[in-house]
Amino acid sequence: MGKTFAEKMLALKSGKESVIAGEIVTVSPDLVMSHDNSAAIAKKFKQIGIDKVKHPEKIIIPLDHCVPAATEKYASNHKEIREFVREQKIENFYDINIGVCHQVLPEKGHILPGTMILGADSHTTTYGAFGAFSTGIGRSEVASIWATDEIWLRVPETIKINIEGEIPPGIYPKDIILYIIGDLGADGALYKAVEFSGKVIRDMDIGGRMTLCNMAVEMGAKIGYVEPDEKTIQWLAPRINKKYEIIKSDADAEYEKIINYDISDLEPQIACPHTVDNVKPVSKVAGAKIDQALIGTCTNGRLEDLKVASKILRGKKISSGVRLLIFPASMEVFAQAMELGILQKLVKSGAVIMNPGCGPCLGAHEGALAPGEVCLSTANRNFKGRMGCKEAEVYLASPATVAISSLYGEITDVRGDLK
Amino acid sequence: MSIKGKAWKYGDDVNTDVIFPGKYTYTITDPKEMAIHALEDLDSKFAKEVKKEDIIVAGRNFGCGSSREQAATCLKYAGVGAIVAKSFSRIFFRNAINQGLPLVQCKEAAENISSGELIEINFEKGKLSCKKGVFDFPPLPESVLGILNDGGLIPHTRKILKIEKGE
Repeated sequence: MGKTFAEKMLALKSGKESVIAGEIVTVSPDLVMSHDNSAAIAKKFKQIGIDKVKHPEKIIIPLDHCVPAATEKYASNHKEIREFVREQKIENFYDINIGVCHQVLPEKGHILPGTMILGADSHTTTYGAFGAFSTGIGRSEVASIWATDEIWLRVPETIKINIEGEIPPGIYPKDIILYIIGDLGADGALYKAVEFSGKVIRDMDIGGRMTLCNMAVEMGAKIGYVEPDEKTIQWLAPRINKKYEIIKSDADAEYEKIINYDISDLEPQIACPHTVDNVKPVSKVAGAKIDQALIGTCTNGRLEDLKVASKILRGKKISSGVRLLIFPASMEVFAQAMELGILQKLVKSGAVIMNPGCGPCLGAHEGALAPGEVCLSTANRNFKGRMGCKEAEVYLASPATVAISSLYGEITDVRGDLK
Repeated sequence: MSIKGKAWKYGDDVNTDVIFPGKYTYTITDPKEMAIHALEDLDSKFAKEVKKEDIIVAGRNFGCGSSREQAATCLKYAGVGAIVAKSFSRIFFRNAINQGLPLVQCKEAAENISSGELIEINFEKGKLSCKKGVFDFPPLPESVLGILNDGGLIPHTRKILKIEKGE
């Protein structure tokens, strides 16, 4: 019997000949990521009672969750992190002007296929889009890895999700992953490795694959994974100068389940308040009024997302009752969007261009909601209170759905505009 | 180790945003202050009325969402003695163990316990007693139990590294 990607990776990183699903192993990751939570992690690290991190070269810290600092407290948090980074000689530090961790790590060449990245952020699953084994862990665990270079992991069973068919007009990777999460549920892939495969994945660009892997955690998955191909290699080529080995599941690997989807007839999808798996076709909730529209975050703040939005908004004005916030996922995306004239078009339509970062996604700043308000966002979570107010509602959809809805001031099916 | 406490019963998919809102993640650093906000957006009575060793009983996928460890920390410092659920979200499971907060995954028990009743859990024996009977649950894997028994991951790591006392 062959091995899955997850089994191969956990054998490799634990130094074992082979492992099987269900086994608990001790691994040494290639890279450990933490962000604005690094000051809290540094405190835990000091509590252990040692002065120096074991492998500063394995640590990476981008600031993104509340940048630039919203208040004195956030500013002090950032200051503590900068001091810790200097003290520990951590070279892979990205200050407030670079972008969201899950965009920055691949862009800056830190993500290689066949490597293991653990991060103090649940959406660390994103790097599976490049054939890496990456998942979220807690703060104490990052502190402990800084001290010991080790952590325990359970070898997950693997679910294969085959996506076939032709992507219909108006449908984007976000619609596909929302549909799957709605179908399988918030715990549909709990503790499992999820491999995305099929024609639709092969045809999909890297950004779309990142959106899928990013949201794999919203159905409970431990990792998302897309087998690297020529597109992956091309995307990575100008960004990395290290050799890497592509690791794939064997053809006869044992999957817990293989789920097949044909998306040829898929409608635009939307996650309704207050859970990510409360997914409906946009046509079922069309007409619902919105107060704020947000395009950005680690799920959908890439150049291709901003292009889609600017194409829909070009030459038109957003509804007077709507605030449209654009958060490019990184400064690289921001600069490219500026050079291509995308940001100018968005501004002319009435959008507010924000700096790269997580923005109001977790309710910290830059566009929090008031009681009774409704936000339509390209983010990945819509739990009660998520955007700072428990009496507000958050819907999640593709950049195209968010853009078209901001024109009409209500949730709108983008396909009407294509006719 | 065994504990006895009142059951606080909730449903499926209790997420980290309702356990400990994101807006506090970088502004509240004291665990005792975190405890004041425990389950704030789910049950405003909880933090005020919870007693030491009380037990949270929930459905599927408890703790889904963010990796924020404060979701486990706030419950631990609010006095919660254990959480019984049909299943736990992966990162929350790790965070709870790493904070020294015991978890019991037992579908039957979670279904049969009523809110407010007194329940008793014996972790060594893997038994949970409530009004409707005694339920067995599988013990945690040994390596995981080791972390829990050391009082969480930080003291456990200190022990592994043979460090007498940290800061």
